[in-house]
Amino acid sequence: MTMRTDRDAMEYDVVIIGGGPSGLSTAIRIKQLAEQSGKEVSVCLLEKGSEIGAHILSGAVLEPHALAELFPDWQERGAPLNTPAGEDRLLFLTETGSYKLPTPPQMGNHGNYIISLGNLARWLGEQAEALGVEIYPGFAAAEVLYHEDGSVKGVATGDLGIGKDGQPGHNFQPGMELHARQTIFAEGCRGSLTKELFAKFNLRDGVDPQTYGIGIKELWEIDPAKHQPGLIVHTVGWPLQSDTYGGSFLYHLENNLVSIGMVVGLDYKNPWLSPYEEFQRYKTHPAIRGFFEGARRISYGARALSEGGYQSIPKLTFPGGLLIGDTAGFLNVPKIKGTHMAMKSGMVAAEAVFEHLFKDNAGAEATEYAEQIKKSWLWDELYKVRNIRPAFKWGLFGALAYGAIDTYVFKGKAPWTMHHHDDHSQLGDKNSHPKIAYPKPDGQLTFDRLSSVFLSATNHEENQQTHLRLKDESIAISVNYAKYGAPETRYCPAGVYEILGEDEGKPRLQINGQNCLHCKTCDIKDPTQNINWTVPEGGGGPNYPNM
Amino acid sequence: MLWLAGGCVFEKENPMKILVPVKRVVDYNVKVRVKADGTGVDLANVKMSMNPFDEIAIEEAVRLKEAGIATEVIAVSCGVAACQETLRTAMAIGADRGILVETDVDLQPLAVAKLLQALCAKEQPQIVICGKQAIDDDANQTGQMLAALQNWPQATFASKVVIANGKASVTREIDGGLETLEISLPAVVSTDLRLNEPRYATLPNIMKAKKKPLDTVKPADLGVDVTPRLTTLKVAEPAKRSAGIRVADVAELVNKLKNEAKVI
Repeated sequence: MTMRTDRDAMEYDVVIIGGGPSGLSTAIRIKQLAEQSGKEVSVCLLEKGSEIGAHILSGAVLEPHALAELFPDWQERGAPLNTPAGEDRLLFLTETGSYKLPTPPQMGNHGNYIISLGNLARWLGEQAEALGVEIYPGFAAAEVLYHEDGSVKGVATGDLGIGKDGQPGHNFQPGMELHARQTIFAEGCRGSLTKELFAKFNLRDGVDPQTYGIGIKELWEIDPAKHQPGLIVHTVGWPLQSDTYGGSFLYHLENNLVSIGMVVGLDYKNPWLSPYEEFQRYKTHPAIRGFFEGARRISYGARALSEGGYQSIPKLTFPGGLLIGDTAGFLNVPKIKGTHMAMKSGMVAAEAVFEHLFKDNAGAEATEYAEQIKKSWLWDELYKVRNIRPAFKWGLFGALAYGAIDTYVFKGKAPWTMHHHDDHSQLGDKNSHPKIAYPKPDGQLTFDRLSSVFLSATNHEENQQTHLRLKDESIAISVNYAKYGAPETRYCPAGVYEILGEDEGKPRLQINGQNCLHCKTCDIKDPTQNINWTVPEGGGGPNYPNM
Repeated sequence: MLWLAGGCVFEKENPMKILVPVKRVVDYNVKVRVKADGTGVDLANVKMSMNPFDEIAIEEAVRLKEAGIATEVIAVSCGVAACQETLRTAMAIGADRGILVETDVDLQPLAVAKLLQALCAKEQPQIVICGKQAIDDDANQTGQMLAALQNWPQATFASKVVIANGKASVTREIDGGLETLEISLPAVVSTDLRLNEPRYATLPNIMKAKKKPLDTVKPADLGVDVTPRLTTLKVAEPAKRSAGIRVADVAELVNKLKNEAKVI
């Protein structure tokens, strides 16, 4: 690696990568601790979205537990938790029927709130700035910087004005180096720098591979007569086959808004499956479609989430830095919630880092963090539900049966722990799985991908090099196309990947990187791990309002 | 003495201030949506940023300063407290300081022109460079109104600006080609898209901008009544384009245009 001398550098005590619930909670907690003890700690937070909240997408039902620990007076401060959770329905769908299932205890939502996580992040951002955190949205951390001894020194933001050919253009501006005593990675699920850190510091040695899901969501404004604020509907079953892990959510928020979405486990096997089309089809179910008569769709987006839980949590610290939130994998699958865990992990990290910064001879690694995480409620909660997700290897019905036994008989303390596989290795051959005929969109309730991407307000500066890099371009055709039928053209919820030239017998892969929603699914599911998701120029990507 | 910079030729002038009004508008990437009750566009939690034409205005002013023509660039924004962010962006591009005229009143072009008039009296700029219009209401009025209130010359839709001998030579893009005006200073110039390509607001410059001075005043401090003079009755989305049909031949097309569309 050549040393660069063209970049400015700034020194901070703590630099945080990512302005989601975990990163912002860390920033806030460190500043609170500094204020309480009268000490100075400089905290800088980078966010690749054009503003805080622009890239945040979740259901979301929030368990306010962690928020209340961070701000006991969150109500007086006006946190945007406006819709208390009301009636909870869990439905099993067949193609035309729906059957009510008992709600498992983990899925109960009494005391929770239906929120826009993007708006909660915006609010947390304001709180953090008021406490003196320097927040820089529109700047992506593109590179991890290391000291000579191999410990993490900080990060560098991406260069601006690099052309399609990878060469600096006339408006080139070099990135900036941010050096810190501790660099905290809060990139969210499948962080691109976290991936590098996993390899560099062997953080995944001795733990299960992470397993993921892709969540696709739409926001609708519906007929006030059909709106029931607080209503929560979850479904399993149709349109997904019982061997595919997944389900849907439908939440009634304030102002006649309804959030609807589907999560599909990325360990699915059939390469012909399209999570996007499954979601579109789901909306046409008789138990669901009625809500959307006379309604209009106002936003769309997608994001991968970590589902591996306890078994898949990597080593959390390394010299000079640590991992928090969903990039570490803190999400409770049966609860279908991760925000409270992301925030809690961020707060525990803040306390550990704060202690570490003022300790004599503390060393470069804040190992206190991992110790304290294991003593917190977060760890206990993750441990109890560790066998629910892997039980889906027995299909939906096996998993429901096992889940009941694990929860009610063993109360989460079964004397075994089941394991996960890499999602990308699960994809089957295109000839060994049936093709799926998805219905054509009607333009009212169901839509094609491009009109959906339009609503995400995603954009990338057009003259930049694509941020979706193939390690070997030939594999796109020789393996992905030939063996798996180009699955990236189906799992990508934004239509980024297209096969052109099929009619002339010269298929080639076209990558429309400008449409990318930053969901990271391609980086996860590509069968040979040939697609590498890197950060584009800062500020690029979706501009989600209220998601 | 001749100075060469950014492809423009300048002559060294007496020190001069440039005032640049910048407006906080809905970001150009956002797909705006009319509120269900038709009272306006839904701006709740949508991304806001600097009006792109104003970014060009700031860039032009900063280039004039870098060329030694201008001595100070002052960015002004009128509106809610969050307009501070817009001013910080202007200062990251290179404005020296910012003035926020803070109000929660929905400001119309005449009110903004009057506020700018009051600031011109206070700051005595030689040029006001503004965007030709804002991408939210597309009014294209504020610069012209300000020139009228100040009784200053104006040159709108500038694609090139050269300052020399107390005059500005401004090239404008018009239907038939290019028109070049010479106006004496002080004056108002409004920017068109091709005037320049604004630089990136880099992270080091954004950090520096946080430390630049930003003053906040209220319309009342400037003695300006900003009460709206116009009332918006209704905001509606354009009618959806109905699906087209395929006609068999020219005769059918003519028949339909005549009898159904009644356009010929």
